[in-house]
Amino acid sequence: MKRHLISAADLSRADALLILDTAEELAGLADRPIKKLPTLRGRTVVNLFYEDSTRTRISFEAAAKRLSADVINFSAKGSSVAKGESLKDTALTLEAMGADAVVIRHGASGAAHRLAGWVRGSVLNAGDGTHEHPTQALLDAFTIRRRLVGGSGGPSPRGNTVGARGAGLDGLRVTIVGDVLHSRVARSNVLLLSTLGAEVTLAAPPTLLPHAVGSWPCTVSYDLDSELPKSDVVMMLRVQQERMTDAYFPSVREYSRRYGLDAARMARLPEHAIVMHPGPMNRGVEIAAEVADSVRSTIVEQVANGVTTRMAVLYLLLGGTEFPATEFRAVAR
Amino acid sequence: MCAASNPVAGRDGLAVLDAEEIRRALTRIAHEILERTHGGDEVILLGIPTRGVPLARRLAARIGEFEGLKVPCGSLDVTMHRDDLRLHPARALGRTDLPPGGVDGKTVILVDDVLYSGRTVRAALDALNDLGRPRAVQLAVLVDRGHRELPIRADYVGKNLPTSQREVVHVLLDEVDAQDSVTISDDGRQP
Repeated sequence: MKRHLISAADLSRADALLILDTAEELAGLADRPIKKLPTLRGRTVVNLFYEDSTRTRISFEAAAKRLSADVINFSAKGSSVAKGESLKDTALTLEAMGADAVVIRHGASGAAHRLAGWVRGSVLNAGDGTHEHPTQALLDAFTIRRRLVGGSGGPSPRGNTVGARGAGLDGLRVTIVGDVLHSRVARSNVLLLSTLGAEVTLAAPPTLLPHAVGSWPCTVSYDLDSELPKSDVVMMLRVQQERMTDAYFPSVREYSRRYGLDAARMARLPEHAIVMHPGPMNRGVEIAAEVADSVRSTIVEQVANGVTTRMAVLYLLLGGTEFPATEFRAVAR
Repeated sequence: MCAASNPVAGRDGLAVLDAEEIRRALTRIAHEILERTHGGDEVILLGIPTRGVPLARRLAARIGEFEGLKVPCGSLDVTMHRDDLRLHPARALGRTDLPPGGVDGKTVILVDDVLYSGRTVRAALDALNDLGRPRAVQLAVLVDRGHRELPIRADYVGKNLPTSQREVVHVLLDEVDAQDSVTISDDGRQP
């Protein structure tokens, strides 16, 4: 594995499977009386969050703490960033404090990549602008594998199924629906799921697809209804109104009628198909409440799996030998 | 290096135990476990991956044959508790599989293939500590090759094998390697 996790494209199939298999082992921890491992004792993980986030920040924090790392939370509000400090100066401050890993969420695409040249530790991209969110893709892949690629272990004590170790997502059809243009989750998922062998289709209005989508390893459809009967997984994306500076569709109601997942559309899915959403949801816009709360929905499971998957990533990046500092110095100068 | 200072020189590739001897050693250990634990009451066998796990299963099967007793059997991965994690790139995890009922109040017998520095067993004791509170913990190994670095000893030993630290002991088991044998080599070469 590489030293940083900036993009889902950094992961080979073998890397991705190692993360999923490690997560599968770590999932057992949630059933144990002591939900903690000593592995990252003495290591420091900084959560550097320039954008609001509930589940990702808490998820990374829980993951680091369960591995006994020290966690420093840094949110842009109430920090020197509010006084105008640049990303680089903040990075150098963290560097001086000896962070072994920096988890960064930033509104600008490419922020994680820039940061990787300034700090010695590993950089984990927790969402940069409209670019990527690789750990979300990993937890989605983990959730899909647990639900749809049968494991040998049978249900665990908590009733979760166990994913098949070493198995990819070969041949599964995943349809990602909605605001692809503003979605870092979509890009990371397309890259990772196709690496793992899934066939990904994007279903969205033309205005909400990026220009370069033709070069992505996926197919594109403007018609959700024709994709539903052949989908094993439907992943609904949030309509990111905070990033929308233009009129991308005539009205929320019209969007919802053509691309929202309601009970009638859910009924067109195959029997085994699951419905995913990275959260936070706009109930009634891209997903109807009754769909979000149905048994096919994996939304709550995704959150639990997020902690497990992030533990796996932190362990694999920080648990072994430290990476040599030489490559860092070359970039910094 | 002259042969006199190295009592085990010239046995590169030597077979220490063959399949039949491994079978006999495990049979004896199974009997010893039954004796020492007063009939195997409240005993759990936990194998340390990779090769401790099939050994634990074989011991459980042996005990089942002798006494008609079903001894719960599982695996305990110690990777996350090792003290040498930072000396290697992060490694893949093995499985931890506890029998239903857990370890609380039970006599846990840890099973591994080779006892060497004792560091794996220390990690196992730590891992076990997070899983519950056994009444007692014992250790069974197929081969004890000496060179302990920690105050740890085995309760049940298949074979005591004096070695030099340069030598490597290979345990091959049918379930993992499609053959049963224990061999010793000078340079880590597989037999």
